[in-house]
Amino acid sequence: MILNSPLLEIKNLQVSINDNEVLNNLNLTINKGEIHAIMGPNGSGKSTFSKVLAGHPSYAVLNGDILFKGSSILDLDPEERSHLGIFLAFQYPIEIPGVSNEDFLRIAYNAKQKFYNRPEVDPIEFLMIINEKLKLVSMSPLFLNRNVNEGFSGGEKKRNEILQMILLDSELSILDETDSGLDIDALRVISNGINNFMNPDKAIILITHYQRLLDYINPTYVHVMQNGKIVKTGSAELAQELEDKGYEWL
Amino acid sequence: MVNQSNKVLNSNITNLVNQPYQYGFSTTIEKDIIEKGLNEKTIRLISKKKQETEFLLQFRLKAYKKWKQMSEPGWAYLKFPEIDYQDIIYYSAPKSQKKLTDLSEVDPELLNTFEKLGISLTEQKRLANVAIDIVFDSVSIATTFQEELNKYGVIFSSISEAIKEYPDLIKKYLGSVVPIGDNYFSALNSAVFTDGSFCYIPKDTICPLDISTYFRINDQKSGQFERTLIIAEENSQVNYLEGCTAPQYDTNQLHAAIVELVALKNANIKYSTVQNWYSGNQYGKGGVYNFVTKRGVCAGINSKISWTQVETGSAITWKYPSCLLIGDNSQGEFYSVALTNNYQQADTGTKMIHIGRNTRSRIISKGISAGKSKNSYRGFVNVLNKAVGARNYSQCDSLLIGELSNANTFPYISVQNSTTKIEHEASTSKIGEEQIFYFLQRGICVEKAIELMISGFCKEIFTELPLEFAAEADKLLTLKLEGSVG
Repeated sequence: MILNSPLLEIKNLQVSINDNEVLNNLNLTINKGEIHAIMGPNGSGKSTFSKVLAGHPSYAVLNGDILFKGSSILDLDPEERSHLGIFLAFQYPIEIPGVSNEDFLRIAYNAKQKFYNRPEVDPIEFLMIINEKLKLVSMSPLFLNRNVNEGFSGGEKKRNEILQMILLDSELSILDETDSGLDIDALRVISNGINNFMNPDKAIILITHYQRLLDYINPTYVHVMQNGKIVKTGSAELAQELEDKGYEWL
Repeated sequence: MVNQSNKVLNSNITNLVNQPYQYGFSTTIEKDIIEKGLNEKTIRLISKKKQETEFLLQFRLKAYKKWKQMSEPGWAYLKFPEIDYQDIIYYSAPKSQKKLTDLSEVDPELLNTFEKLGISLTEQKRLANVAIDIVFDSVSIATTFQEELNKYGVIFSSISEAIKEYPDLIKKYLGSVVPIGDNYFSALNSAVFTDGSFCYIPKDTICPLDISTYFRINDQKSGQFERTLIIAEENSQVNYLEGCTAPQYDTNQLHAAIVELVALKNANIKYSTVQNWYSGNQYGKGGVYNFVTKRGVCAGINSKISWTQVETGSAITWKYPSCLLIGDNSQGEFYSVALTNNYQQADTGTKMIHIGRNTRSRIISKGISAGKSKNSYRGFVNVLNKAVGARNYSQCDSLLIGELSNANTFPYISVQNSTTKIEHEASTSKIGEEQIFYFLQRGICVEKAIELMISGFCKEIFTELPLEFAAEADKLLTLKLEGSVG
């Protein structure tokens, strides 16, 4: 049963923050091997949705359920969800002064190793692992010595998110506007990274405002979110249509 | 639904920062105590108990006179009920105090106490490369490695012993850096100090061991007034560390200490403190009032004094380890981490007084405030007119944890010389919910996240601590802030 069940199932999800309802009656099913693009006007609940999946403590789930690999994750802490394979690439990656990227990445990697009772790696072993991954997103090893996201350009921050996704080898990756603020070259590098990472055992949720990301990454489905729920679902062509007509016609 | 996030985060952090104080036990021991209260009679009694010379008695009486004319300084950003100086015991010593040449003579109860504090005095378990002077309430009870140090000409003893054995050095240097009437608390200390450490490093000598003093307040009613004097002769070098703890009482204990450092030509003194006096409970009851005057004089050319402090304890901290840079090319440094939690208040910083030519000073201050605490940096950089080419660099960073803590920076700069170069940087940051969530999303738990951020924040200071003590300091912050992290 588990084998055939979808990777992610969201059922009638109702969520509030500070007494304001932000998601309502949201339903979505994602199978392995699928890429789902979620589009929608500002304030429609896209980022909220991504944070709720990751278990952000600000949001209260009032109703409904989120099943990951067949089991509810509503009672799980954010770090447990992370270990199970849920990854969120942040729209605005957070700066962590005083903590080097290298330490941060290694500790995150080892936390997952520990969770699965696998041996933790020492800093030297880790360097060999991370150096391979750096190449996949065209990042220089010099990155490792800098503090997490501190003083990074917008593009560098986004690349760092993709690097972490590849390192942690997540099964469900939610990319929240990973394309925004990127120039064409950076967009190409990041898209390549994502495409190479994707395989039939994984799934990706792409939250984006722009059709141009979908020129590089081909979505299985495109959803439109409005007022905290999915109002329309279609194929890749839907994105093109939205690009031409905006959201008003829906 | 209420905003869960703040609740969750704050309760996480609260659990982390409210680790029980593990040094809060007290020792029951037979004591030699004098009546509480302060007057000329008290001072004569202390002096008599310590069999002091007329010089010391006059020193004390002069200080007492000054003190009576002075009043508590009110400029610090601290609030506390009035201290009743007549309600304090000014002398409390374990009984049957005699000169201890053999540690087996030390009361086993005392040895036990220090074992529990992680400081072993017994021969087998001593720290191999650190000499320790132990001050328990009012008196020094033991000093290790004295003989070994003597072979190098290094004198390390309690200050009481030094007063008897080396009267000339005491006459020359006691009160030379911190004058009797420097401030209210220095006057008080000069009148009633009971013990402390003395260290003399002769010419052309690098002290072969790190030297340290461990202060323990045990008695509920007694204050601790100790004095430390360190003299580094020409071309000498010494590393000094001070540690302190106190039992957990509902009442407040007063601690008013003086530390004087003298560095002559080419001498180098590095003085590190890990201060962990009891800080009061989570409602602000109890804890030590810590009013300390620490000052060093770089008297000779090319001399250097470096203060490093990790301040985590005390209900009130009032402390400004300072440098008088008199010798040309002399250097002063101040590296500080001050952590306050619950209702703790700290007003701490430094003074760098540039007098000689090409004198340099460096100030790195890191304040961490959690709970409802107040944490202030107060610094004074003063460049006088003869200090041609003087330079100062100051950096003051504050880190706030939670919504109710408070951080302040009060930098004062006075420059009377146009060739001076002064740089000042300051920052305030906060360990925020979104930062923690970022760690969590990557599978890193809250405890580890805070540990990483705190140790990243303090990195520059910890690298200044002697190796043995860097681990201790890290452990201390871990205990205070990071909860169950092993």
